[in-house]
Amino acid sequence: MKQDHLKHLFQQEFSKMVAVISKRFGLQHIEIAEDIVSETFLLATETWKTKGIPVNPEAWLYTVAKQKTLSYFRRNKIFEDKVIPEINRKQEQQDNTDEFSFSQQNIKDSQLQMLFAICTPAIASEAQIGLALRILCGFGIDEIAEAFLSNKETINKRLFRAKEKLRTEQIQLAFPAEREITKRLDNVLHIIYLLFSEGYYSKTQNQILRKDLCIEALRLGVMLTEYDKTNLPKTNALIALMCFHSSRFDARQSGEGELILYEQQDEDIWNKELISQGIHFLNLSAIGEELSTYHLEARIAYCHCIKEDTAEKWEEILQLYNQLLMINYSPAAALNRTFALYKANGAEVALPEAEKLKLEDNHFYFVLLGELNKNVDKSKAIACFERAKALAKTPAEQQLMQLKIDQLLIRS
Amino acid sequence: MKDFVFIFRQPSYDYSNSSAEEMAAINKKWNDWIGGIAAQGKFKNHGARLEVAGKVLKPGGVVTDGPFVEIRERLGGFIVVTADSLEEATTLAHGCPALDADGSVEIRPIFA
Repeated sequence: MKQDHLKHLFQQEFSKMVAVISKRFGLQHIEIAEDIVSETFLLATETWKTKGIPVNPEAWLYTVAKQKTLSYFRRNKIFEDKVIPEINRKQEQQDNTDEFSFSQQNIKDSQLQMLFAICTPAIASEAQIGLALRILCGFGIDEIAEAFLSNKETINKRLFRAKEKLRTEQIQLAFPAEREITKRLDNVLHIIYLLFSEGYYSKTQNQILRKDLCIEALRLGVMLTEYDKTNLPKTNALIALMCFHSSRFDARQSGEGELILYEQQDEDIWNKELISQGIHFLNLSAIGEELSTYHLEARIAYCHCIKEDTAEKWEEILQLYNQLLMINYSPAAALNRTFALYKANGAEVALPEAEKLKLEDNHFYFVLLGELNKNVDKSKAIACFERAKALAKTPAEQQLMQLKIDQLLIRS
Repeated sequence: MKDFVFIFRQPSYDYSNSSAEEMAAINKKWNDWIGGIAAQGKFKNHGARLEVAGKVLKPGGVVTDGPFVEIRERLGGFIVVTADSLEEATTLAHGCPALDADGSVEIRPIFA
């Protein structure tokens, strides 16, 4: 087993083991759970180096972690003083015969309950994403710092505060009550959506990390479909959305890390399997009354999976954006809507509408204005691309703007 | 920011003979116009679209099927938008498809 295989195994097992230990001994001990799991990995690395990898490395990890956990809690008297009374109380309440075990079912339950616990409204959403990355996706602090373009110290502080909140608010690792679930699910879906966006639109150049983020978000989404109470149409809509976006992950980045615009993307490297997965989940989402923003965004993303540039396609995209904006305004949706308006109704309709948006500090606003002016007023178009270039945050985006300016200059 | 209601009035028009394409074109006009307001982040909510049929109660217990008001001013529905001032709200109302149909938009601030 190579180094990155080990890393991958640890990343996967980290979240499972922390969830199971926290479930058994209470969320207030989550940091101890993290430490125990890290120690277990350390011991594994040392032992496996000399003795070789065991046949079932997961089982090895579970056994060691279990021993370490039990001895920790006994040694520190926490077991007798706090845990046992707590467990007794729980058993009285629900006859919880499920021992401290790493069975598949218990792992799944614990992880899902952890997801709900982390998405408690008591914690700010930025900290929730960080906590989700650490606890549910097993990312290292340095990776999280890189994804947020931040430093380890800031992330550590943020995670510490979030865990403190879990303690002081006495958040329990349990499913919320039936009537609470729908409300909490909205928050859970939102966090998964943010997690995915963090990967998909992240400013970090680390492609592997970004892809990992997207895959983890998808995994958490699919996890929700395994339970009736959380397997709702909007859950499936969110998964569909993530599948469609992910299908273009490889196509939109050139080997040199430059951004490739949609029109120039090679559709042969769009991931067909992810597209058909997306269609599968989109169909599952199309039941019931609720039309969530995920439904609309998923349908928009699906339209973009059809490369052919037809009037019907852009008309549909325009109407979906109209609906989306009525439910949930965002500058990005406003800009995309105006681009769809241009494709469906023409530049002379879209230009005055674009000028009304007034998103003066938004890089993409000037990209859009540049595009709309391209065939109307060349010098204005160039000025817009210049503004866009000045506002661009990554070298790749700046390069792209320069390319557009050069093309316009040549065209005279 | 303050909330304003846009009240749409249009002459009565019998849409029952309109083709599907005509209806789709009318819908598109409305959706694109409201979408434009929403794209500026100024759309608050759909008030309600009113059905054409209804009753009118008059003094003395007289109930009629209409006309509700002068034929030019049938209330079609309303939406709620946000704007800094009545002037800005009025600017937003420009381009409303009711105007193309010889109707009007009434712009009224909502008591905060």
